[in-house]
Amino acid sequence: MTEDIRALSAQYAADPSSLVFLRLGEALRQRGQLEPALKIALAGLNRYPHLPDAHDLYARILADRRDYASAFDEWDTALRLAPHHLGAHKGIGFLYYRAGEPEHALYHLRVAAELDPGDEGLRAAVERVAGGREIWDVPLPVAPPTRDAETRVAPAPAAGDPFTGVEGAGQRLLLVDRDGLRLGGALAARGGRDVSEEAAASLAGVVQEAARAARLLELGEWDHLTIEGTELSACLLCPTADTSLLATMDPGNPAGQLAFYAERGAKEARAWLERAR
Amino acid sequence: MTEPYAAPLDSLTRLRGIRGAMVVAAQDGLVVAESLMGGVKGTALAAMAANLAARVTELSVRAAVGGPRFVHLQAQDGSLLVAPAAEDLLLVAVAGRDVPLGLIRLEMLRLAERLA
Repeated sequence: MTEDIRALSAQYAADPSSLVFLRLGEALRQRGQLEPALKIALAGLNRYPHLPDAHDLYARILADRRDYASAFDEWDTALRLAPHHLGAHKGIGFLYYRAGEPEHALYHLRVAAELDPGDEGLRAAVERVAGGREIWDVPLPVAPPTRDAETRVAPAPAAGDPFTGVEGAGQRLLLVDRDGLRLGGALAARGGRDVSEEAAASLAGVVQEAARAARLLELGEWDHLTIEGTELSACLLCPTADTSLLATMDPGNPAGQLAFYAERGAKEARAWLERAR
Repeated sequence: MTEPYAAPLDSLTRLRGIRGAMVVAAQDGLVVAESLMGGVKGTALAAMAANLAARVTELSVRAAVGGPRFVHLQAQDGSLLVAPAAEDLLLVAVAGRDVPLGLIRLEMLRLAERLA
């Protein structure tokens, strides 16, 4: 049941530095008043940037606003600050499930169910994600699944494409060499038009500029570059020193999910290159 | 600092983990306004951000990603963040490691919208 917003607002006004912002923000969120909830959460987060509950509150509001990329990052931050944070495990579990990563969803939801064994809804969610598998007798892993866990078990890519068998292979993953020559995969625009060759020609320039910027700004070696576009989101990384890979997803997916997907593509690409050499 | 940009840049640099923020001319990489912590080289940051944004924009067109709303270069020791604001301006920030990127991203998008 939502708390009395008027009473909570009065408490908050009397002492803005108190932790009542957590209850007020949540009450506003539950009433669907997302804008005022967001203001309260951000004010609290600025005051208590290391408070996991503040990140959790902010993430829930972001998720309600369908800003799943930011929500993912905030729950991830909450878990870094407090690895046993119930709300963050539930939230990340939900996002993984939504993104079609059932094994990761299952791990986080099971951790949450262990933290709150009386939550019947949570137990039901775990069983639903498990898809009928007997789950409760299986020991909970001590860590989230490795990135390999959700890679499809695909036959060796006999067709010569590095991404054979990987979801979105023909539309959302492109592997290019340092000269902009397409090695495998393909990219499609939202309408289905093949843009692989055009994109391939631009990748080397972006890779060079990213490396240069990271070096000159003393940020260390660059890892990946994400672009949130109006049509798609894209993630660029280098599976090997002489190749680059571009992965795309619909905008609105968590940035972490896109990077995760790109990493899976990079792993397939490395294996394929290894076999080819 | 250029007056219209002082408040937005200050609000950005108050966020945890931000080492510096700037408004940069997209065309030539010149500094329009800046709020930087010691050690951050403003002119280099502006030039690097503008070059990267130009390359990213070219890629976005060719790969049919659409106009870039937010660019995030993740490196070992920090991030370079760019949000195109008005047609010829970029809002740029450098952040350290382990920062609430979601919060920073949201604030940059909000400020970029305001600058547009």
